[in-house]
Amino acid sequence: MKYPKLFPFAGALLVLASWELVCRGFAIPDFILPMPTQIIRVAILKAALLLPHAGTTALEVLLGIFISLAVAVPLSIIMFAHPSVENAIAPFLVASQAVPVFAIAPLLVVWLGYGITSKVLMAAIIIFFPITVNLLEGFKSCDHEYRILFQLMGAGFWKTMRLLFWKWALPHFFAGLKVGVSVATIGAVIGEWVGAQQGLGYLMIQANARLRVDLVFAAILWLSAMGVTMWLFVGFLEKRVITWKQWT
Amino acid sequence: MLKVSDLCKRFGDLSVLENFNLIVPRKGFTILIGPSGCGKSTLFDVLTGVVPREKGDIFWLEKKLQHLGKNAAYMQQKDLLLPWLNLLNNALLPATIAGKDLATAKKKAQALFRRLGLGGFENYLPAKTSGGMRQRCALVRTLMFEHELVLLDEPLSALDAITRSSLQSLLLLLQSEFNKSILMITHNIDEALLLADEVLVMSRLPMKIIEQFALRGPKPRRLSDPELIEIKEHVLGRLQEELGNEIS
Repeated sequence: MKYPKLFPFAGALLVLASWELVCRGFAIPDFILPMPTQIIRVAILKAALLLPHAGTTALEVLLGIFISLAVAVPLSIIMFAHPSVENAIAPFLVASQAVPVFAIAPLLVVWLGYGITSKVLMAAIIIFFPITVNLLEGFKSCDHEYRILFQLMGAGFWKTMRLLFWKWALPHFFAGLKVGVSVATIGAVIGEWVGAQQGLGYLMIQANARLRVDLVFAAILWLSAMGVTMWLFVGFLEKRVITWKQWT
Repeated sequence: MLKVSDLCKRFGDLSVLENFNLIVPRKGFTILIGPSGCGKSTLFDVLTGVVPREKGDIFWLEKKLQHLGKNAAYMQQKDLLLPWLNLLNNALLPATIAGKDLATAKKKAQALFRRLGLGGFENYLPAKTSGGMRQRCALVRTLMFEHELVLLDEPLSALDAITRSSLQSLLLLLQSEFNKSILMITHNIDEALLLADEVLVMSRLPMKIIEQFALRGPKPRRLSDPELIEIKEHVLGRLQEELGNEIS
């Protein structure tokens, strides 16, 4: 294969072209399934409408990421340092993921209101799990021989954490963060669906009620772009931080 | 002098060390040779305090110690260099962890780098260097411990024959130039005959010394020396008697 990197684009182009042809060929109305060209047109022309909502959702997601990082990183370290804490908390962590976010969203809106807080918390809940689990597994994956070496050099837990475990776990941490930022928008949008006054989720509900399906798709397009941008940014950060990975 | 008396270590029903006794003369080069799984590495783990012992005493310079963790440098088969640190910073790890003056430690490490043929490679990441260079760096790190007693657990076994040969002469420097007392494990009889002042042949589990040879010839030695050939044949015969043909 001469240009393997072009395959995803070619595949996406093929799907979009087929979609466009089906819509045109069968004259499907916009309020049922708008054409991709129509969606792109709305996403660009209605940017002034979409941008403030996208900004709100992005803010919710970013705050959610920071909160989940602030909780996940120390919690992973504590669970690693004290396996008894891990044993005590692990069932609750798993249970928190077994409950659909849709079930929690109305409660958070009741408790925290229609403002940004409930959405930030929804995003944080979704991101928190992959980061915590991946980071903890990263710490645990450190070779026993390296631990012995540090033990013999007289390093205590925190020195070993700083010089060995943390760096060792960084690839796992970034893997978790990538998963987290990819799904973060789900939490924020569900929160906005349940009750909000701003955000792409709120806009989607409003547009759907008015049969503006093209606007719903345009909002989805912006959400996807947001997710991809964050994913790429985390990948960029990963390359900047884990500089030794390319050589190993 | 390192003196070990009546050391006992069991793993469940498996007795690895049973009233094991050992004397390593000060400034001497003592080599333990024995079959795989006979308990040589366990002995090092017990000596360094990585695993607890059931019974027995350890004396270093006539002082009774709980273990040698803070009194001996330990080099293992793998180089155990941290992939994210360059060679110099890897060598500086013992000083970094001990909180020593890094400027002084750096000068010492740089001098050792030049002495061991690593000059100019201080800023290279381990992955960009050869196995032999990484093992030399591990040797520098071992010297940076600044302990007189050095425990070497098959430090050259992962290297090719040529690199191994050049590193054997560096191990001799440990004794002649840096005045270390060395206790080393190897599976290679030739290596033992070239380096050691004393070779201790080990039995199967529970491990005990079944034969002891003092080698008095000047170093570096030649394997074609008739006395060494005779000792080699005797050691091989003794080991085959004991366990079969696991030794090369």
